Amino acid sequence: MTGRLQAGQSLPTQVFSVRRADLIRYAGASGDFNPIHWSDRVATSVGLPGVIAHGMFTMGLVARAVEVWTDAAEVVELGCRFTNPVPVPDDEVGVEVSVAGTVKEAAGDLITITLEVTCGAVRVLGMPKAVVRG
Amino acid sequence: MAVDQSLIGREFAPTRAYAVSVEKVREFIAATAGPKAAQDYAGGSAPATFPIVVAFDAMFAFLDAEGIDLFRIVHGDQKFTYERPILPGDVLTATLSVASLRQIGGADIIGTRSEIRDASGDLVCTTAATLLHRGGDG
Repeated sequence: MTGRLQAGQSLPTQVFSVRRADLIRYAGASGDFNPIHWSDRVATSVGLPGVIAHGMFTMGLVARAVEVWTDAAEVVELGCRFTNPVPVPDDEVGVEVSVAGTVKEAAGDLITITLEVTCGAVRVLGMPKAVVRG
Repeated sequence: MAVDQSLIGREFAPTRAYAVSVEKVREFIAATAGPKAAQDYAGGSAPATFPIVVAFDAMFAFLDAEGIDLFRIVHGDQKFTYERPILPGDVLTATLSVASLRQIGGADIIGTRSEIRDASGDLVCTTAATLLHRGGDG
């Protein structure tokens, strides 16, 4: 299925809308109830600008984007740094997270995808990379 | 409060066995890929970040054992290396070890590594995570 992916190819950017309710849903689904992801009071007490998305929530969006791009190819490796927080305001609009990807390498049966994940003008993940089996 | 240096290299007890269910995977898909994807899920491979559910069990137990407040933790980085996809029916445990520990500007940088194994003891996934602990006053 991933045979059509070729080195150098740009993958269509996927945009995800993120609101507070999405963080609550993710907290329940993942079991990560760290209050910095739902309480402004606690988040600001540790120096954050307010409630921020779970890094693993953002990484989950990356995994989703990779799944769509590759027709759900088997993932062999997935990694990133969480370089900037994704603050999510307590309103109906929330924020948008954009996930862009490029096929870095397609060698043998392994395909390496490098990504750029941004919220507004800020790059929120460092060196996000996925390796899938083609 | 700095984290105890003697933690480096320490391996914690495996987490309680976690039985992966279709409904739990579907809930995770709903949270990361939306309701349509969740509805379409037919019981196959779990999403690539799903092993974090088991890895976090190990991490929370570690933080609790060390008396570290969860709200002082920020996730620095995360890497998964997969031996095979996770499927409903898998019974998984995670074993966490502390790979590195250093202090920068009053924060502890804790490098952890967890091995996720199935009921046969076979390795399913290895996760590496860096946790940033802002010490605060105590």
